[in-house]
Amino acid sequence: MAFSLDRVSFSHALEQEGLKNINVRAAPGESIAIIGSSGSGKTTLLHLIATSLRPSSGDLKVMNCDPWRVSKSQLQALRSRIGFVHQSVSIPPRQRVITAVLSGRLGQWSFWKSLLSLIYPVDIKGPQMCLQELELSDRLFDRCEHLSGGQLQRVGVARVLYQKPDLLLADEPVSAMDPVLSDLTIRSLIEQARLTGACVVASLHAVDVALRWFPRIVGLKNGEVFFDLPSAQVSEALLRELYVSELGILPQQLQTLSG
Amino acid sequence: MDTRFQDRDPAAKGRVLKACLLLAILWPTFDVAQFNVALAMTPGNFEVFTNFLSQFFPPSFQPDFLKMVLKATLETLAMATAGIALAMAIAIPLSLIITHSLSISRLGPASGHRAAQLARYLARMAILLMRGIPEIVWALLLVRVFGLGPISGVLAIAVTYGGMLAKVYSEILETENTRAARALLMLGSGRTAAFLYGLLPGASQELASYTVYRWECAVRASVVMGFVGAGGLGQLMDQSMKMLNGGEVSAILMVFLALVFLADSISLVIRRQLA
Amino acid sequence: MTKAVSRDFCLKCILTFLLILSLVVASFVVVSFNPLALFTLEALGDMALYIARFFPPDLSVEFLLKVSTGLVQTFAISAVATLLAALMSLFLAVPAAGQMGQGVKVLTRFFLNFLRSVPELVWAVLMVLAVGLGPFAGTLALALHTAGVLGRLFGEALENHDPSAHLALRLAGASKAQALLYGTLPILGSRLLSYTLYRWEMNIRMATILGFVGAGGLGQILYYELSLLHEQQASTVIMAMVVLVVGVDMLSNQLRREQMHSMG
Repeated sequence: MAFSLDRVSFSHALEQEGLKNINVRAAPGESIAIIGSSGSGKTTLLHLIATSLRPSSGDLKVMNCDPWRVSKSQLQALRSRIGFVHQSVSIPPRQRVITAVLSGRLGQWSFWKSLLSLIYPVDIKGPQMCLQELELSDRLFDRCEHLSGGQLQRVGVARVLYQKPDLLLADEPVSAMDPVLSDLTIRSLIEQARLTGACVVASLHAVDVALRWFPRIVGLKNGEVFFDLPSAQVSEALLRELYVSELGILPQQLQTLSG
Repeated sequence: MDTRFQDRDPAAKGRVLKACLLLAILWPTFDVAQFNVALAMTPGNFEVFTNFLSQFFPPSFQPDFLKMVLKATLETLAMATAGIALAMAIAIPLSLIITHSLSISRLGPASGHRAAQLARYLARMAILLMRGIPEIVWALLLVRVFGLGPISGVLAIAVTYGGMLAKVYSEILETENTRAARALLMLGSGRTAAFLYGLLPGASQELASYTVYRWECAVRASVVMGFVGAGGLGQLMDQSMKMLNGGEVSAILMVFLALVFLADSISLVIRRQLA
Repeated sequence: MTKAVSRDFCLKCILTFLLILSLVVASFVVVSFNPLALFTLEALGDMALYIARFFPPDLSVEFLLKVSTGLVQTFAISAVATLLAALMSLFLAVPAAGQMGQGVKVLTRFFLNFLRSVPELVWAVLMVLAVGLGPFAGTLALALHTAGVLGRLFGEALENHDPSAHLALRLAGASKAQALLYGTLPILGSRLLSYTLYRWEMNIRMATILGFVGAGGLGQILYYELSLLHEQQASTVIMAMVVLVVGVDMLSNQLRREQMHSMG
């Protein structure tokens, strides 16, 4: 079992989107896309699975373990098996790309190894290969402050690829990329997951990308699971209902989808 | 698809070089500073150190001694206040000399042009000297002239802080909006009048605020100068240390910390009132 | 700007002014100092005579060598002390920023405040008592005081910085120490460095005078020469002090100007 949520709810700070009565299960090796309009709770759901937020009620288990009932060191070990691609990448500007990518494995390294790596990178080939998949390997030794938004996002993805996690979570991983790069990135994520048998969950606002790459789609609306279906069964009508706002306006995307 | 493969960190060479250079400079530096790390770390020394610390407890609260401390505290406060007052007396004319915004020569040619420039240059040099020599050095020298006691401290503060105040006063006055003063000069009023009515009112708050801040620093400096014989709490502490009376030293230290805190608070209150 | 208009008719202003004036006069009385007595012919004459004894300064090669050794020693004291203080502050910043609980934070801040409030010279006297005369005492004293200053600055910088890089690493399983190394230090590093360099500049000034109480460097030489009434030697040392302080001042102004240019 990769993760399971049973009747999980979350409501906390004013800015965080709330979630109500979420029931989702995932087996190892699955690929799931989460879609829904802004504010529907996609980011919150991902953060709950990533163990960075604590559910207000309900049962949450990640890789057969309740993250909020284990010791700190066990939680740390669990987290090192979870890779998270953040929506807005927060990497220190003056850090070099190679160091940023290497930091994905910090959870698996001893303190002294991580200290040593600052003096001389302990692995150059590994990060390079991860970056090569994302067509960024020529920037290996550049500082992150010299990269564009899309390039930074790819560094964030490369970090997770390097981490080789058992559970791969991505929050809007391609929001700053053009269609070509966005396809490339999603493909690398899914390839990696397939090779390692990891479970992938990505929240996306581009519905076509979601439908194209992910066999299972979870649609969130107003903090609740609206549908949880294989992508072939996701009809236009369903999407329309998912995205229609209170004023009855459909997003442009769906209008083009429907014809 | 990128096929270039790098296997070495290009920044490594530079880093190693810098590290070697740093080490090459640091090693003799530690030596010159006679910093004996081993000395600080040997276990026997820890006991010596704790023995040393225990000398300072309990602080001495004998009434005779406390009377002396009170007297010394008042002396310190008086030193700082008198010193700043004299410093102002020195700084005000000096800063006027070097403030450009009042020079008539900027408005047009005048006969006193050269003399004014010379005066300005000399004043600048004097200020540099007054500020450049630390107040405790002045105190040390003045003690040789005027003997032990607070007078040397007052004069040392007067000279050093006079220089500091002069520099900052002139900076404040120069960045102040000069329109009003220039207008008065153009109408034919004298420099002093232009200053008093045109420039001073706007700058007065900032001038006063900085002066109060310097008074607070002067209180601290007065204590420090006592160690070279300029009276006040510092001299008392020096005497107690020479007699190896740890209890008295810690008592004076506590009073000093309280005094600094008091001066800090007074200064803060006054400056807030001025704002 | 009503201040310029309602100038002196404010009663509170007049009263405050009179109060300050009376305090100032009282101060002169307490110190038993009549400034006008300075300007008598006799006093001025004495001062002139004393100043004359400082000229010409002793510029013999052997004494200049001694002074240069003192200069190098002063420089070394300031460098080692600042370095040690910076290292200590890196460690003290973590509790001071509240990362080990509120109680520890208050204790640490109190300790740092204590280190900071005791003037460097007082520390020097204490250290001379503890470890004996010489530059070691001066280095320790300066290091302790500077650790108080830098510890507080580092702690505030740590507390107020954006923790998202640090948190992202912890979420990936990094330990707190690793996240500090990879997520916090790269962000804060240059700011901490500039605090340290600024403090080093001030410490050079301080190191020159710590010698007065026996803590090595130029100050010790000056005190020694003055006690032996060697005014000519003393003036050489004073000149060396001024050169050092002014030189460092100009160098750092130049560096700061260059840094501004390269950033713009």
